[in-house]
Amino acid sequence: MHIDPSGAGRLPSAFLTPGTSSFTEFLGQQAPELLPGRRALPGADIAAEAPHGTTVVAATYQGGVVMAGDRRSTMGNIIAQRDVEKVFPADDFSCVGIAGAAGVAVEMVRLFQLELEHYEKIEGMVLSLDGKANRLSHMIRGNLAMALQGLAVLPLFAGFDLDLGKGRIFSYDVTGGRSEEHTYYSVGSGSLFARGALKKLFREDLTQDEATTVCVQSLYDAADDDSATGGPDMSRKIFPIVAFVDVHGYRRLVEDDVAAVVTSIVEGRNLRPDGPQAPLH
Amino acid sequence: MQFGYVSPEQLMKDRADYARKGIARGRSVVVAQYADGILFVAETPSRSLHKISEIYDRIAFAAVGKYNEFENLRVAGVRMADLRGYAFDRADVTGRGLANVYAQTLGTIFTQEPKPYEVEIIVAEVGATQADDQVYRLTYDGSVAQERGIAVMGGSAEQISRYVAEHYGADMSLEAALRLAVDGLGRDNGGEPRSLTTDSLEVAVLDRHRPRRRFRRINPPELDDLLASTGEPAPSDAAPDDAVPGDDSPST
Repeated sequence: MHIDPSGAGRLPSAFLTPGTSSFTEFLGQQAPELLPGRRALPGADIAAEAPHGTTVVAATYQGGVVMAGDRRSTMGNIIAQRDVEKVFPADDFSCVGIAGAAGVAVEMVRLFQLELEHYEKIEGMVLSLDGKANRLSHMIRGNLAMALQGLAVLPLFAGFDLDLGKGRIFSYDVTGGRSEEHTYYSVGSGSLFARGALKKLFREDLTQDEATTVCVQSLYDAADDDSATGGPDMSRKIFPIVAFVDVHGYRRLVEDDVAAVVTSIVEGRNLRPDGPQAPLH
Repeated sequence: MQFGYVSPEQLMKDRADYARKGIARGRSVVVAQYADGILFVAETPSRSLHKISEIYDRIAFAAVGKYNEFENLRVAGVRMADLRGYAFDRADVTGRGLANVYAQTLGTIFTQEPKPYEVEIIVAEVGATQADDQVYRLTYDGSVAQERGIAVMGGSAEQISRYVAEHYGADMSLEAALRLAVDGLGRDNGGEPRSLTTDSLEVAVLDRHRPRRRFRRINPPELDDLLASTGEPAPSDAAPDDAVPGDDSPST
């Protein structure tokens, strides 16, 4: 927060300047030290010292999109936290899941949520889904310096497009390059395994429940092969976060319902550990 | 000054008169505490040029006067609130803090700028209970006053104030408070009460029972229903509102 040294006794002029509805731009002018990507770093690779988050999946279904994330964060070989939340509502009609350096990622989500809300309050209308995806792109690009030093953030963005009437998924690379995924996607260290499972389980006409099962199955497979992704913790009752975005908005699946899905999946795995068998043709 | 000596008192008085005239020329805004929160009603010629806006989770802003000037203040308020909430925590953004910043800004503008802002604003924060609600009124020169109950600003504020004060009750429902505000806005010229149609009204509430963002606009389909439920649709001639506690107003 800035002290106004000229002693004018009122809000610095940056507050009263019209033109930008972007909170990130305003922050860059008024208090740049609060931006996540702007801090000077010593130049060492500190990836192993900072907690990293791990597998997030998203899939479209009839009438919306579902996103699910595991709960583990690791620092090298140590489990830093067992119940991390990696899926967040960005605003009423979109959600974002994060993989990468946990601290930076969570801060970026917080700023992104504020960016969207700020725009809505200033302009009096909500950004288009493409506009939101684009803003996130800029934020990731701003984090490139830290990413090159090991603190990368890779989000998965999904939302319900009210104009098109369907769920949409956007993936990003570390430079902020955005690409739309039309069916399903996954990010994080376990994403390759999750994507393999999604490839075999996904179909075009999924219902919301089926899409949930598909996502949780793929997270299970990711945890099966990636040590940095956590599987369901049945004893502590720590399950993946599952969230939907449809025409009614963002909704997180309640703990008990996730538990039911997870329990039935785990029972199936007890019979066939590799999961549902896909037909050969 | 340019022509001879003008005493500081005269200078300030001229500025104050200038600002007051500007504010009195426009239309009025009513801000009222009701049972479930705080209601804002403005008479406005335009649906999209808002006089009432959301600032933060529990804070709203209402203004009268020159549009570009209060728009400037509104945007500054949103930025201030979001910055504070981001740097500290959402719970640390208060109506009082914002009112203080506005007071300083308006005060400095009044004394240092060539022209004062012709605006009067209200910053309101809704609380968990009615006793925790805070409504601050700021005038063109940076004076702050804390209001309770019902406040009117802009246009023929005093006339409207007298009418609404007679019929106001702190525990009114939304419908009753809305009806009172709309009736009050129509009684601004001392003669026949005007009846206002819903397309010349801008209405919003800070509803203390909503989950995070308490601010909510009330637009025509719902607005029509709320006004109709107190016994008369907005477009028809004014008639006494029997949901309002207190005397019946004289019938037209």
